Amino acid sequence: MKLIQGNEAVALAAAAAGCDFYAGYPITPATEIMEQMARILPPQGGVFIQMEDELSAAAAVIGAAWGGARAMTATSGPGFSLMQEHIGYAAMTQTPCVFVDSQRGGPSTGLPTLPAQGEVMQSRFGSHGDRVAIVLTASSVLSAYEMTARAFDLAETYRQPVVVLLDAVLSHMRENVDLPEIQPVPRVVPELGEDFQPFGDSPFVPFGEGHRTVVTGLAHDETGLPKTAGGKATERLLRALEARLARDAREITYYRAHALEGAKVVLLSYGITARAAREAVDVLRGEGIAAGLLDLQTIWPFPDWLVQEVAERADAILVPELNLGQLVIPVQAAVAGRCRVAPLGRADGNLFTPEEIAQAARALLAAEETGGVLHG
Amino acid sequence: MASVGQDLTEYLRQEMMPTVWCPGCGHGIIAQGIATALQQIGADLDQVVVVGGIGCSGRTPFYMNTGAMHTTHGRALAFATGLKLARPRLTVVVTMGDGDALAIGGNHFIHAARRNIDLTVVLYNNSIYGMTGGQSAPTTPQGSRSTTTPLGSIEPNFDATVLAQAAGATFVARSTTFDFQEMPQLIARAIRHPGFSVVEVLSQCPTYYGRLNRLGEAPEMLQWERDRTLPVPDGPLPEITREDLVGKQPIGIFREEIRPEYTARYRELCAAAGGTYNA
Ligand SMILES: Cc1ncc(C[n+]2csc(CCOP(=O)(O)OP(=O)(O)O)c2C)c(N)n1
Ligand code: SF4
Repeated sequence: MKLIQGNEAVALAAAAAGCDFYAGYPITPATEIMEQMARILPPQGGVFIQMEDELSAAAAVIGAAWGGARAMTATSGPGFSLMQEHIGYAAMTQTPCVFVDSQRGGPSTGLPTLPAQGEVMQSRFGSHGDRVAIVLTASSVLSAYEMTARAFDLAETYRQPVVVLLDAVLSHMRENVDLPEIQPVPRVVPELGEDFQPFGDSPFVPFGEGHRTVVTGLAHDETGLPKTAGGKATERLLRALEARLARDAREITYYRAHALEGAKVVLLSYGITARAAREAVDVLRGEGIAAGLLDLQTIWPFPDWLVQEVAERADAILVPELNLGQLVIPVQAAVAGRCRVAPLGRADGNLFTPEEIAQAARALLAAEETGGVLHG
Repeated sequence: MASVGQDLTEYLRQEMMPTVWCPGCGHGIIAQGIATALQQIGADLDQVVVVGGIGCSGRTPFYMNTGAMHTTHGRALAFATGLKLARPRLTVVVTMGDGDALAIGGNHFIHAARRNIDLTVVLYNNSIYGMTGGQSAPTTPQGSRSTTTPLGSIEPNFDATVLAQAAGATFVARSTTFDFQEMPQLIARAIRHPGFSVVEVLSQCPTYYGRLNRLGEAPEMLQWERDRTLPVPDGPLPEITREDLVGKQPIGIFREEIRPEYTARYRELCAAAGGTYNA
């Protein structure tokens, strides 16, 4: 058992998952991740560098990945916005790397020390052009540890940037945790034959290993060279990735269920809000209301299949989140009329209390019975 | 010793030829200069990565038969910093345009120089934004025309070599595409230099800068380059040359000094903490 902070859990998990490169720029509420890495890495011979801004931090992470490092950065809203161009570059160049975003109130400088969940859509669609995104969240210090480690594995397995979304409260919260063993996905540099193609479904081979790879953000085919047919090749890459993630959906969808069995009103939440939702479920169950919680830790690719399974058995789904209604959008799309879905949002820098969530759930059920419409 | 005119086939990525550059563009002369420099130093091409930004100049990595990274506009040095730190045994050459390095990438330029990390910047200065069609750059001489300064630029322009020295670069030189014999030697010396090195090469963009400022085609522009530059002895400029320099840009090596290099200092830092950096 160890009493640790959410941000510390991220740093410890990264180190345990084999992270040997950190580049960052300080920003509340993510700074402690950087400060921890500045202590952890040098004694291990890993690289820590404070860059001049978040654009360069993200770029250095990608450069380091191509130098063979397992690389990460961590930031918060304003910095996450600056990193978007390079997250797209990492996606286009199939570069494994990890981005942690501890969400704070926005827009703009917003509420630097207060929690929010405003980057659900940005983490999916924030970089220009279309791509396939892998985004994890965490609702406890232990889950911040686990999801950070998973992020490195997913980055390695799918050769993509992976985002972990935290928030200001979870980043600074301390909990007693038993740190689980972590077995990083090994990286094996294959025999490089004459016909080796560095992109597509090939394993990741950094510079200096014998293949003079061409890495570019321009559309390119599996050889890496920008060709006029590159657009088709880009679509091929994205669709193949999408298909692979769909095939592996059950393995890569991390979630926690609480009292979901027989639940008629399901609270579908994630991150810090899932904690209040869990307590709300207990309050409602105490009142004899069949409530349950689905705490999603993998939010992208969005697990339609899981939400549909839940929707088949429920009367209503309430989606509490610290924004004006973001994750509720794919929930509504997935549920597609199987049951009622209602948003419950707030974006004032405060957390929901369990009672606020319970009250919204009661109102949703009452509206259900009278056939009325509830506006969250 | 290798010199211009030697067979560079091995150093160029044949499957990417022909280049995207316009006829008469100076960028090809600089790319050839880099290839020649790699030949001169006998580089192991498997351990060289050429990192480029975005712009006509940023395309250079595609044509080098080395590892190649074509990055984002302005950020090539940040990518290169991560790459070099993760694998310090690589030789990393960074090609950037004047807009790329000094406008959008100005911040990365000064900070990479400040760290004195062992990267070699070849800065292609054609006084204009080529790739996007002739807009003004921080290097566009005051008074001259671009598509965004149709009435003449009123902004003072940067001197990249002064900026690089002020920021802490330990090797700083300037050459031109007219000086195609000396330029590769300067680049070779910059690559060998253990620290942050900058070679600014004045290049001609006949398509935009030349046309918009009525400087003629490539041959006239090369002469214009010759006429507006003055070779100076190595080291800081003596006062006497400063006077001769009115209206001209000095070419040569302005600084070459050894100061602790970043990855070397990082190795010491790890060792002091009990770690082994890049064993
Ligand atoms: C973030 C971003 N902004 C703008 C552009 C458009 N853009 C591409 S190249 C370029 C300028 C190129 O000029 P320079 O760096 O001087 O290089 P040259 O083409 O002259 O070699 C610009 C503005 C871009 N690709 N990315
Ligand atoms: S636009 Fe100018 S810089 Fe670009 S390739 Fe043509 S001549 Fe060269």
